[in-house]
Amino acid sequence: MSKVMGFLTARRGHGGRWHWTDVVTWVWLIGGTIIMFGPALWLISSSFKGPAQLAEFPPTLLPYVQELAVVDGYDDPLPLFTATLEDGTTQVLAEVRRVGTNAQMVDPANPETRIDVNIADRTPVRQIGLATDNYVAPLVANDFVRYLWNSVFVTMMATIITLLTNSMAAFALSKYDFRGRNAVMLLIVGTLMVPLSVILVPLYSVVNATGLLNSLWGVILPTVATPTGVFLLRQYMLTIPDELLEAARMDHASEWQIYWRIVLPLAAPALAVLAIFSVVWRWNDFLWPLIVLSRRELYTLQVGLNTYAGELNVQWHYILAMTVVTMIPVVLVFLFLQRFITTGIAGSGIK
Amino acid sequence: MAGLGDLLGRAVLWPFVLLARLIDLPLRVWQRWTGIGGMAAVFLAPTLLIFGVFVLVPLGLNFAYAMTGGTGILLGERPFVGFEQYGRLLECEDYTRRLTCREDQFWTAVGNTGVFVIFQVTLMVAVSLITALILNRNIRGRGFFRAVFFFPVLLSPVVVGLIWRWILQRQGLLNLIMVNLGLDPQVWLNDRFYAFAATIGVSTWAHMGFYTLILLAGLQAIPRDLYEAAEMDATPPTRVFRRITLPLLAPNLAVVLVLALIRGVQIFDEVYVLTGGGPGTSTLFLTQYIYEAGFASILRNPGLAAAASILMGAVLVVLTLLQLWLSRRAEGGRVR
Repeated sequence: MSKVMGFLTARRGHGGRWHWTDVVTWVWLIGGTIIMFGPALWLISSSFKGPAQLAEFPPTLLPYVQELAVVDGYDDPLPLFTATLEDGTTQVLAEVRRVGTNAQMVDPANPETRIDVNIADRTPVRQIGLATDNYVAPLVANDFVRYLWNSVFVTMMATIITLLTNSMAAFALSKYDFRGRNAVMLLIVGTLMVPLSVILVPLYSVVNATGLLNSLWGVILPTVATPTGVFLLRQYMLTIPDELLEAARMDHASEWQIYWRIVLPLAAPALAVLAIFSVVWRWNDFLWPLIVLSRRELYTLQVGLNTYAGELNVQWHYILAMTVVTMIPVVLVFLFLQRFITTGIAGSGIK
Repeated sequence: MAGLGDLLGRAVLWPFVLLARLIDLPLRVWQRWTGIGGMAAVFLAPTLLIFGVFVLVPLGLNFAYAMTGGTGILLGERPFVGFEQYGRLLECEDYTRRLTCREDQFWTAVGNTGVFVIFQVTLMVAVSLITALILNRNIRGRGFFRAVFFFPVLLSPVVVGLIWRWILQRQGLLNLIMVNLGLDPQVWLNDRFYAFAATIGVSTWAHMGFYTLILLAGLQAIPRDLYEAAEMDATPPTRVFRRITLPLLAPNLAVVLVLALIRGVQIFDEVYVLTGGGPGTSTLFLTQYIYEAGFASILRNPGLAAAASILMGAVLVVLTLLQLWLSRRAEGGRVR
């Protein structure tokens, strides 16, 4: 407890008094934590609410499910309500069916007699619980399993190809002295200035001409050319001593072996950082897949979510659950690999 | 446990190892034939091929598209129209009134993007500067709080858009807070002003962690003894900030400013999911205009979209050159 208090009251300098900057600091940090995590937590909590609960206002903080009871003479469990009867007493009843504004209800202990209750005179009996059907239904009935698979495929393939091609280029640019090296470097710097949104139309026509339209490879290949990846790896490979390469050449290693057996393993930390970046980038890509993929069965999760969320009658209970699913890999990266990314950004200013 | 991980790693990697072995023989023959210089070409070929096909060729084609008309996507089917598309974008009868322009949507998008960039970049720099300053203090749990502010950066724009659409909807969390504070609930995203403010707030929320990290790295590069000297002289914190922190952080601030500008001009994904450009065209930004002109609208016009993207590209090139120049200066400053 004293540790917690010590943590909460830690302040600047050694003096006993609180400086106004200490107050600002803690207000900012605690407020920031709420604002940064709150929305995601609210999403997760909402994603476990059933459609009826989602339509309520004011919304509850936690998800509830209605209690069900097995009543003699009925095959399915019936939903329970607390009903106010005509004589003013309240009783827990199970609903058999609803007719207009009236509900036919029975007492679970005495299922023979039916009681008519106005739906305004009753409230559902609820307990904290999870509407897991939000997750199961879209994954089973809708195409979300397909979208999930497409996203995984695109992310994995793009990351593998990115690592391979970028590391090869970085190897050539860091370990060989050849004519035109500076020109190639300049070219790669130059492509930094060409974001996707600037070449949307002609890139579409190139992908069309190469027959990659409406194929996952049409999503993968254009994104593989990341100048940032080549940079990151080249900077790292420059620190690998050339003597290692010379020694290998003495032993008649081929250049490909030098790249594959010596440089690549030594560049593993930089490759890991690029892999993490690439996974997050490709998983989150939206605009390009949106343009290339027009057949539903090829949608990635991001495009599929946007399509379902853009329908006239948005089925929020499914959308929210699938948004959580879409968030999972990124949250895992955040929990376990966040340190790599933050140091990567702080060191190089890439994203 | 380590043995298992190692085994798993080998199992995943073995197809690649096999492939690398198979490739080695033909490459050896090639190396003997061309020498080491030829190998550089081999290593560069895949990247250059991809860059060429998917960046350089489209870049050149963009100018060709902007000079042609019609709705066809194949360049051969498109008639040459010269600078007609640029004319259509830029022509107005009366430049003080947007609706007299031939492409008033384009001007709406330009105007919206301009206003968005001004407010969003200001807010972004201010918020991330304050956060970086606070995280740079000697506080407990600094790693945790740094992670807190970084968390939304990793989220996909679609997820960000949907999270906030859900919070800002009629029965959403924000209205719950409003009611509890005794204020009137609003349908936030149906209101032109609130929807625009939401795009600024949400995009700042999503990306501020990234800029905070850059500024934090800059702050940590400032020598500690400067602050110790200031403390000995009992300098008030506001003065320390103005005289030490701000001047020494200036290069990083400039980089953050320009980076935020570059990203701000291209804003699309999260706003598109959040508001879809609406209500009306009140949150229609440039990239969405290009996307709609080229792909989404019924009267699609790839030439017009290409011309608009070239105009946006020109702005971005200027900003990027500025950024490269500034970051080189920032690095030079650090070395000194």
